[in-house]
Amino acid sequence: MAKVHVSTTVNGQPMDVLVEPNDSLLDTLRDGLGLTGTKEGCATGDCGACSVMLDGRLVCSCLVLGAEAEGKTIDTIEGVADGDGLHVVQQKFLEHAALQCGICTPGFIVAAKALLERDPNPDETTIRYWLAGNLCRCTGYDKIVRAVQDAANELASPA
Amino acid sequence: MGDYAYAAPATVDSTVELLSSSASSGTRTQVLAGGTDVLVQMRSIDRGPRLIVDVKQLAETNVLSIGEDEIYIGAAIASAILNENAELKSKLPGLIESADLIGSTQIQGRATIGGNLCNSSPAGDTIPALIANSAVCHIVGADGERDVPVEDFVTGVGTNCMADHEFLLGLRVPAPKGNTGDAYLRFIPRTEMDIAVAGAGVRVTLDDSGTCTAARVGIGAVAPTPLLVPEAGDALIGTQVDEEALNAAAAACSAAASPITDKRGTVEYRIKVVGVLCKRAGAIARDRAKAR
Repeated sequence: MAKVHVSTTVNGQPMDVLVEPNDSLLDTLRDGLGLTGTKEGCATGDCGACSVMLDGRLVCSCLVLGAEAEGKTIDTIEGVADGDGLHVVQQKFLEHAALQCGICTPGFIVAAKALLERDPNPDETTIRYWLAGNLCRCTGYDKIVRAVQDAANELASPA
Repeated sequence: MGDYAYAAPATVDSTVELLSSSASSGTRTQVLAGGTDVLVQMRSIDRGPRLIVDVKQLAETNVLSIGEDEIYIGAAIASAILNENAELKSKLPGLIESADLIGSTQIQGRATIGGNLCNSSPAGDTIPALIANSAVCHIVGADGERDVPVEDFVTGVGTNCMADHEFLLGLRVPAPKGNTGDAYLRFIPRTEMDIAVAGAGVRVTLDDSGTCTAARVGIGAVAPTPLLVPEAGDALIGTQVDEEALNAAAAACSAAASPITDKRGTVEYRIKVVGVLCKRAGAIARDRAKAR
């Protein structure tokens, strides 16, 4: 099988990687680039555990081919924190105990961050609809919604 | 049979050439737009190797133009981009809603109207809305370009009229003029992210007295292909699109439906619900037309 050479930018770093033509971007991130923060849940675009930003847009990396990343900009969970300093969304997920097993969490954080960048003051309905493509089987969602609301408050008026 | 391969040709001509040469050499191809159906199918239903031909990078599949007479929607434009276009949304609210209904935020960032059409599911949500809007498929292939009305495009469950050497460039939608409004409604058992049990798209044009001068109704998920229901449109023309006319259109939709029973709904239920959806979508389209 002829591998495809892909030049892409991941979390601000230019990267080159060889991918199989039918590899997903999720495969490429995890197995090709060693960025295992992005998780595989369903691999059919239903659960959102593999959420990443592709040219500034929230997508399921399991529904994008690695080959499609050529020339694109990808942002993953690994790029959310600033060094040792957690992003406010990450901090609020900790404070509100908005996770248990943690498999869905990277996807939720990437998706919630994308929401707050578009809409700094979303109401609960907006948050729930925006995150409807991220499934969590542990928390019952309530703590996640509270964490996102608190992150929005924190961003609006930093403590 | 060979292995998987991936190509993203730079021009329409080179794309057609690649599709044509593959067809004549017996290489299977799969045209790729947003990939939200194709990648799932590659992993589940059909694991056979093929040449994936990505048409998203072509300028022609990304054209979005809102003209006096025609609105052109490139086949590979992500639904989120369409939904963020206020002018497009105000002109074709029903069509844009039908695209916006599909999937999560993540899916919206990739999924395309062109892909929804080419996937050719009986339940594709944008298809009844496209039919109601008299949309035409702009197809290119080895024999040049051709236009096919959307209601003639889908030929069966998951099949369409395109040859192996052809692909969809975009959709031509007649621009709404005067008091024209469209709407699409579907029924699903949840609030979002599910496959339609039934769906109905309606577009009406009213004159100054509120009398309907043109009407088209498309229905989905109630037959092997999405359908144009001319009798439903005819039931609205010449009326005030009032209760009686909408009931007649609803009855026409129920009569045109030939659904199956599956886990989402029974034959009887779908026949009934497609009429209800037509009636409700017709009322929304009428109110939108009046508000223009």
